[in-house]
Formats: sequence, structure tokens, C-alpha cells
Amino acid sequence: MSKRRSDWESRPQARFRKWYKEGFLALDNEIIDHLTRTTELPENIEDRLIAQQEEMTSRQHERTLALERLDQYNMLAWARTRGRKAISRLYVILALALGAMMIFFLLETVALMPRFGDPATPGANIVSERYITKGLEETGATNIVAGMILDYRAFDTLGESTVLFIAASAVLILLRIDRNKDGSPVQELIAAESDDRHYEPRNDRILQGSAMILTPIIFLYGIYIILNGHLSPGGGFSGGAIISAGLILYLDAFGFDKAGRFFTYKTFTWVSFFSLSFYALAKAYSFYCGANNLPSGIPLGTPGAILSGGLIMPLNIAVGMVVACTMYIFYALFRKGGL
Amino acid sequence: MWQLLYENLEQTVAVILFGIGFSILLLQRNLIRKIIGLNIMDTAVYLFLASMGYISGRKAPIVVDGVTQTTAYINPIPAGLVLTGIVVSVSFTGIMLALTIRLYRRYHTLDIDVIAMLARGEDA
Repeated sequence: MSKRRSDWESRPQARFRKWYKEGFLALDNEIIDHLTRTTELPENIEDRLIAQQEEMTSRQHERTLALERLDQYNMLAWARTRGRKAISRLYVILALALGAMMIFFLLETVALMPRFGDPATPGANIVSERYITKGLEETGATNIVAGMILDYRAFDTLGESTVLFIAASAVLILLRIDRNKDGSPVQELIAAESDDRHYEPRNDRILQGSAMILTPIIFLYGIYIILNGHLSPGGGFSGGAIISAGLILYLDAFGFDKAGRFFTYKTFTWVSFFSLSFYALAKAYSFYCGANNLPSGIPLGTPGAILSGGLIMPLNIAVGMVVACTMYIFYALFRKGGL
Repeated sequence: MWQLLYENLEQTVAVILFGIGFSILLLQRNLIRKIIGLNIMDTAVYLFLASMGYISGRKAPIVVDGVTQTTAYINPIPAGLVLTGIVVSVSFTGIMLALTIRLYRRYHTLDIDVIAMLARGEDA
């Protein structure tokens, strides 16, 4: 057993593994150990001579080993300092060359593009012509872009809202700090709370006074942008972002306790759920009607009135609520890891 | 070529911005700076799309006084595409920043090389 073991330990692979794990010192110790163990006390002159010979060889061996180690060390040092610097410099040069080449080729392409503001550009083709000439008549929205994204291309906008919702869920998974099962706070939560207390404003009079005046105005402005989305520039995404800015201002001024009275995880869950499912059901209904040439029964109203444009205003409201909740939950999670 | 580039000034600027963002993505080791580079690339794409939709002398596509001639309004399609792009960029920026926070909590550094080295050390 011991024979096999020592055989195994003297094999090159085992020696390499040992060197890899523990360095040169361990190997040298092993060799010295080996040599001292096998050298028995000399009993006669011949043995003594042999012992001297062995000692000399072992010393020579140690010296060669030390020289090898020095070489190795020098090589490693070069790789660690100058070689590394050379490689990183080469990388920088190559990256800059790649970036410059990309810019150059794209500029060549830009020179071949249709001129800026040219009416005959191939982008302005039959599709955009149709949207402009028939958009008001078919969707009832004065804002042609809103009519396009919420009526002609509503499926795309549903996908967008879903992407936003999935992003919020992913951030929730990554950053949310849960309590223990018995409701006691975990260490991370305590650390996050103390960080929040230390770095964020708390009971700042100026901030609270401005927030008291500004928050309702910001909310009203966001609601106006959403409700007027089919008549003027704006819509669910921009209005939702403005409303979430108001929410974040309120949270900054008054803290998580007061904001938690009207916005919790439950609010986020239910608002997102109802908005997205309302959107999906409403568009499924209108796609079904449109594909089968059935009358949808949704009045388009007079163009320019607030209650016009068929489904566009309710869809804008749904999108706006999803966006506002998502932005707010992003902020809360990045700040403290929870609501 | 310079004359043509000057006439398409918006697109030239967009392309150069795109290249700058790409170089930042390659050159910077800090994860936050990489994310900023990616966002610069996004912005370049929005600028490019918006400039593609513009037609000189025409107005934004909001019907005023019932005028629905094609010659009155610019192309509305790039506006919708930019909207999609903005939403997607916000989403992935959020996810990337969350991942960066998790990496920082674990390794206490934002340098991508150091993080890779430490992760390799954990595997061995």
C-alpha cells in the first residue's frame, strides 16, 4: 500500500498537482525529506563515501532547483507586470481601431443615405401615407402616432408593456429583501434600513414643503397627458413616467411609511394585473372583430373631443398605470430593496 | 463625401455617438460606465430614427383642422419605433443595474476583470 502510494506521489502528474496547489516549497521539502529518510547512517568507509556523494548530489540538485525557481519567478513577474501591460495596451489599440472602423463604415453608409428632410425618402412610403390619410377616419384619434401605436400596431404596444412588467419582476427577484418566515427582519434588511436612514433625506422641511405643493400638480399634469394622448402629443408611456416622478418625489419627501399607506406590493400586483389583462382582452376583442369583418360596436366619437378615438383612451390609461407602477417600484427597489 | 455628411448632419452625429458608445463598452472596465455606454448607443439610434422620419417644411403628425394630406405631415412611423426603443432600453437598463448591485454586494468591486478573477477563484 505504502509502496503504491509513494509511486503515485513520485509521478509527474502528482508532482505537478502538488506544485500547482502549494508552490515550489512543498516539492523541495518533499525531496529533502525523501533524501534524508533514505540516507542511513554509514557503518563503514564505503558507506560514508557514498553518503558524502549523495549529500553533494542533493546539494547540487537543490541549487539547480533554486535556479529554476528564479527563472520561473522572473517569467511570472514579467507576465504580471510588463506582459500584462503590453496585452492591455494592445487591447486598447485594437478596441479603438474597431470603434474607428465602425464609425468610418457607418459614415460611408450615411453619405449614401437620402438627404435629411428629403420628401422622396423611401421611409415615407405607402404605409405612412395610409396612416396619415386614413388614420383620423379609421381610429378617431387626432394624434396619428397614438392612433398608430394603440390601434394599427397595438399588439406591439402590448409587448412593450409586458417587457416593462417583466423587467420590473426581474428587478424584484434580484433586489427584494424578504423577511424571515416568522416576520423578524433579516440582517440585510436592517443594514438597508440604516443605510437609508443615513444617506437619504429625512424630514427635510424644504423638500416636504415643495413636495406638498408640487406632487398634486405633477399628478394632474400626468393625468392630463394620459387622457389627452389621442388629441395631442403624449400618451400612456410619457404620462405614466410623469406620474411616477410625482410618486417618487412624495416618497423622497415623506419616507416609506407614509408612501406605504397607498402603495404596497399588493397595489403594484393588482394594478399591473388588471391593466395588462384589460389591455389584452380589449385588443383581443377588436382583433377578433377586425379579422372577421364584424362591427366592433365601439363608437369612434367626433374627432377632437375628449371621448373619442374608441379604445385608444382606455388603453392609454392602462399603459400609463403599468408604467407609473413599474417606475416607482424600480426606484423603491434600488433605494432600499423593498417598499 | 464631406459635403454629403454635412447635409446629413443629424445622422452623422448619430453614427459618431454610436461609435463612441461602442468604444466605451469595449474600453471601460467599470460596469456602470459600460451601462452608460450602452445607453449612449441607444440614444444614437433614437436620434437616427427621428432624423429619418423628418421631412422639411412639414409638421408633427397631429391632425389640425381636418387636413389629412400626406404633404402636410412628417412620417409618423419612426416616432412609434423610438417609443418602443425607449421602453426596452429602460427595461434592460433596470435589469442590468440590478445585476450590478448584486455583483457589488458579493464582490465589493465594479471592475469586471476583478469580478471575473474572483469568480474563477471561487470555482477552483
